[in-house]
Amino acid sequence: MASLGVLLVVSVDSYLEAELDRRFNLFRLWESPPSRRREFLQTNAPWIRAVVGSPNGCADAELIDQLPNLEIVANFGVGIDKVDLPRCRERGIRVVYTPDVVTDDTADLGIGLAIAALRRICDADRYTRAGSWKDKGDYKLTSKFSGKAVGILGLGRIGLAVAKRAQGFGCPICYCSRSEKPNTNYKYYPSVLDLAYNCHVLVVACPLTDETHHIINREVIEALGPKGVLVNIGRGSLVDEKELVSALLDGRLGAAGLDVFEHEPHVPEQLFGLENVVLVPHIGTDTVETTKAMSDLILDNLAAYMLNKPLLTPVFGSALFSTRICALF
Amino acid sequence: MATDPGRLPQVLILGPKQGLGRAFSAGFHFIKPWESTMPLNLFLAAHAAAVRAVISTALVAVDAPLIRALPSLGFVFTTSVGVDHIDLVECARRGIAVANAGAIFSRDVADYAVGLLVDVLLHVSASYRYVLRGLWPVAGDFPPRCKLGGKRVGIVGLGSIGSEIAKRLEAFGCSISYFSRNKKPLFPYTYFPTVGDLAAESDVLVIACALTEETHHIIDKDVMLALGKDGIIINVGRGPLVNEAELVKHLIQGKIGGAGLDVFEHEPAVPEELFRMDNVVLSSHQAVLTIESTNDLVELAMANLEAFFSNRPLLTPVHGTT
Repeated sequence: MASLGVLLVVSVDSYLEAELDRRFNLFRLWESPPSRRREFLQTNAPWIRAVVGSPNGCADAELIDQLPNLEIVANFGVGIDKVDLPRCRERGIRVVYTPDVVTDDTADLGIGLAIAALRRICDADRYTRAGSWKDKGDYKLTSKFSGKAVGILGLGRIGLAVAKRAQGFGCPICYCSRSEKPNTNYKYYPSVLDLAYNCHVLVVACPLTDETHHIINREVIEALGPKGVLVNIGRGSLVDEKELVSALLDGRLGAAGLDVFEHEPHVPEQLFGLENVVLVPHIGTDTVETTKAMSDLILDNLAAYMLNKPLLTPVFGSALFSTRICALF
Repeated sequence: MATDPGRLPQVLILGPKQGLGRAFSAGFHFIKPWESTMPLNLFLAAHAAAVRAVISTALVAVDAPLIRALPSLGFVFTTSVGVDHIDLVECARRGIAVANAGAIFSRDVADYAVGLLVDVLLHVSASYRYVLRGLWPVAGDFPPRCKLGGKRVGIVGLGSIGSEIAKRLEAFGCSISYFSRNKKPLFPYTYFPTVGDLAAESDVLVIACALTEETHHIIDKDVMLALGKDGIIINVGRGPLVNEAELVKHLIQGKIGGAGLDVFEHEPAVPEELFRMDNVVLSSHQAVLTIESTNDLVELAMANLEAFFSNRPLLTPVHGTT
């Protein structure tokens, strides 16, 4: 069997890269300078049948069009906003991703950010390290998390996992999703604005699509209000970041816990130093265990593809497409 | 017609004004030392004979000398859960009833304990500092962390705080076991008869028990050794439950994986070696302090006072007192 030519679009994980190199014929896109990328792709296109990428860069239309022999795209992550799915469908290119293995870690972080924002855990840590307890006395009173209404935008796997954890704190759960989910007791709101009016902590856990771009806008932020907390564990562009920054600076929004940003790795510096904000560098799925599980899932999918066996985690394939996307949101 | 304050039961409030300053009920007269310019000892001497109840915080030692100076004292309410600052033996001898904050703070403390654990394991504060230093665009992604799900959590003290912590961490997929003075058959968790045994079978130890003579330094060198170099210690109980000097040494030497500490042996002093560590999250004894619980606490204090003065059972009596 001829070795599969695989284009690795961005450096993702050293274990994955080493295994791809060992098992397949690996091309690393970043080894060519951007000005010579077209040439690099033209030269190697005949051999490239697979692309592996991540939310930092995967398979957009431009790349797909330069790879006439592309058969399969593997996305290291559950968010597939960097894969041009319609183009893949047109070309009959299979797409695989890494759902499920990322669910728990992302949900853990979501709740962790909510508690950290309300109880000011990071600011208190800073206060204590600065020796202020001795000099200035006790840290101020903060706001309780238990029992506060948690609203979840997107009741897919991650949203459900967030709900399960929040229930352990006695938080009533409500959600907004494209459609109501039949098997939950949680209160459903058809609009994200209604959701924001009716919860105290809003957790953003839906996929980024053309429809959901900036779904958290000024109106939604103001509905959440001066005591409300926004937690984003989805994608930066789900939130209108300029409006968010302005609302936090003005006090129109109470607090925020953010794992993702519109222009990563750049984080709005106006937020630095605000005690009611927690900013982490897209660490949602960054655990040793989960990263390995994601890498293995990519490798197992590629192996299955090579052996003509069913893919383990395809994004679409006949009837699976629409049900999977609905499950995400 | 206003009642002459002198005819109302006299309730002395001891401790800082914050929180307790709002104590109000038409049925009592509150004696607030901070409203007087007299030195405290003279102020107390002037009012001592009439005082029938005391509301105090954990910062005030309600010890034998104080109790003896208040001949009419019948009831002590402490705004804390811990009662290690109250001479319960002297109270029992005098027939003084004692009530505490009960389970009012339990959920807030449990929330904070979970918040500390998530922060330590997931590197929330450490990676936040990384962002604030401008390192993300320059130095790339923050190093990977450890998963929380599947961790074996050992809870030291399965009282109302410990059980709230257990409930929360179960939802994160942690497995729960505990050490307590007595086995608790109503809980489905695995019981270990010693803290050492618990530590040997845990990845995380959460300390949520009361401080007594028996539990002083219950987390010692041997327990830390049993927990192991990847183990995490979360302390939301009292500082002296942990041998702090040993913990700092173990952290410096990499013999313990990390710690989340809300309490310390000599508050407000915190060992400065901890300030440089990324695997440690620190706070200033604030796990109990939320706006909501502080309001609830004032209500609870008033309700207990009313119960005492109308000869009804106290809402949150401390066991072993009348």
